[in-house]
Amino acid sequence: MDKPLLQVRNLCKSFGAMAVSAGIQLSVMPAEAHAIIGPNGAGKTTLLAQIAGELRPDSGSIVFAGKDITRMAVHKRSRLGISRSFQITSIFNRLTALDNVSLAVQARTGHSFRFWQRARTIPTLREPAMAMLERFGLADRAEDVADSLSYGEQRQLELAMTLATEPKLLILDEPTAGMGVEESAHMVSMLRSLKGKQTLLLVEHDMDAVFALADRITVLVYGQVMATGGPDEIRSNPRVRDAYLGCEETSGVVHAA
Amino acid sequence: MADLRLLDARGCALLLLLSVLAAVPLYGDPFTTRFFTRIMIYAILALSLDLILGYGGMASLGHAAFLGIGAYTVGILARYGIQSAIIAWPLAMAASMLVALFIGVVSLRTSGTYFIMITLAFAQMLYYFFVSLKGFGGSDGMPLPVRNTLGGIMDLGRHATFYYVVLLTMLAALGLSHRIVHSRFGMVIGGIRENEQRMRSLGIATFRYKLTCFVIAAALAGLAGALIANQILYVSPALLHWTRSGEILIMVVLGGMRSLVGPMLGAMALLIAEEVLSSMTEHWMILLGPLMIVVVLSGRTGIYGLLTKGSRSHG
Repeated sequence: MDKPLLQVRNLCKSFGAMAVSAGIQLSVMPAEAHAIIGPNGAGKTTLLAQIAGELRPDSGSIVFAGKDITRMAVHKRSRLGISRSFQITSIFNRLTALDNVSLAVQARTGHSFRFWQRARTIPTLREPAMAMLERFGLADRAEDVADSLSYGEQRQLELAMTLATEPKLLILDEPTAGMGVEESAHMVSMLRSLKGKQTLLLVEHDMDAVFALADRITVLVYGQVMATGGPDEIRSNPRVRDAYLGCEETSGVVHAA
Repeated sequence: MADLRLLDARGCALLLLLSVLAAVPLYGDPFTTRFFTRIMIYAILALSLDLILGYGGMASLGHAAFLGIGAYTVGILARYGIQSAIIAWPLAMAASMLVALFIGVVSLRTSGTYFIMITLAFAQMLYYFFVSLKGFGGSDGMPLPVRNTLGGIMDLGRHATFYYVVLLTMLAALGLSHRIVHSRFGMVIGGIRENEQRMRSLGIATFRYKLTCFVIAAALAGLAGALIANQILYVSPALLHWTRSGEILIMVVLGGMRSLVGPMLGAMALLIAEEVLSSMTEHWMILLGPLMIVVVLSGRTGIYGLLTKGSRSHG
């Protein structure tokens, strides 16, 4: 098999006395869909923030596509091919849906120290952006301000922007968070369509979504990896069952409140 | 459709205004010509602040510093016998850009209130720098003997000629700014204003774009400074005082942020209000204050917003 696209070694990060990452090991193979699960406060979002570069780890290393990116700035990691969506939707609220995605396309196509040509008339920006909106069923909302989209549509828009940067590694922080049943199912089927083509690292609370999407699952508890393996392995791991999946049989969804 | 939209209320109002501006030196008395020259110079200044405040979301309270740098560049060059506008005006812009580069590198690491305070601090530092510059008039400032020359083609000393040069400069600055805010660069600046974290995670090195925006705005402000030095034939530290930065800020907000034309209208409105109200009472700010509050509370779209509303209701 290939070398891992992302390799996290011994990652440690503390806020004061609290260790949010306590020696995390993680590797994500190319074209793999890798899910991170764990109870609230397990350090999932902080792990993603360190991989994306918003937080600096105290120690340990992060290697992406053969490059050590442990101390690299956010925008440089993005240029290398790490793109992410946020737990709390992060879009340009007062720009139109099309402008949102166009900006993402523009960010991919080199520097923007171009002062003369009207950005909204450049086909190489607008056409890929429009195609991306179509893919997400948002084409008829293209000229609407992002603020006016429904919550589910905004989540879709953020994913569209993230994909428009053509990332090598797509990081998703709870892509179905706060969505209704139908919207959530739509998002999961959208993500399934990426499987095998797009390397995916996601944090998700909805266990149905996790088992529908993930090739491999890492269980994080108190900043440490409790187990890593395929969905069946994780499902049948007695420690994981005790610590985390225990209530799954009754509710179908694990959501530590 | 697009052609029809040019003829809406807003377009008509602006076209009318432009015709009035073009006619001022033909029919107005010298005082009016000089007064409108001043208005247009301040319009350039307000326009330049709109680039960083309205489009970039960076609230600078030190914008007058660049006006002062531009003016002093012209003044100091004149002292050494350099009278040509072709040399002095670009140098005024370059000097402002250089200072902006330095101020920007330091202050753009902050945002919000801290950015306001740092830009204010830098501007006041420069104010006191020129106050202490005894060789160039110190706190009294220094007069300029004559206006800059324009390669013998035109006599800027004539008020009407200078008026048209300022008018053309203003229109060029507007056209250039309009291109910039709608360009790829402008889109990035707008994205940073809306959500800087998102821009970074899209792969944009946000700092250098903000810095470039800041420096471009300073260049236009420096040009306005070169013009104002020629207009009043005098440069003094008062040009850089923080109250003047506040005035420019008021112009932008009053006229309507993020519309380019709005802040220019704001400059006109404020200077006319000052002229009219101050002849009635010394404390004319008492009358202007409530007006500002109404504008801000009515949705931050300012004078320009009122015009736009008008055009919408007309279809």
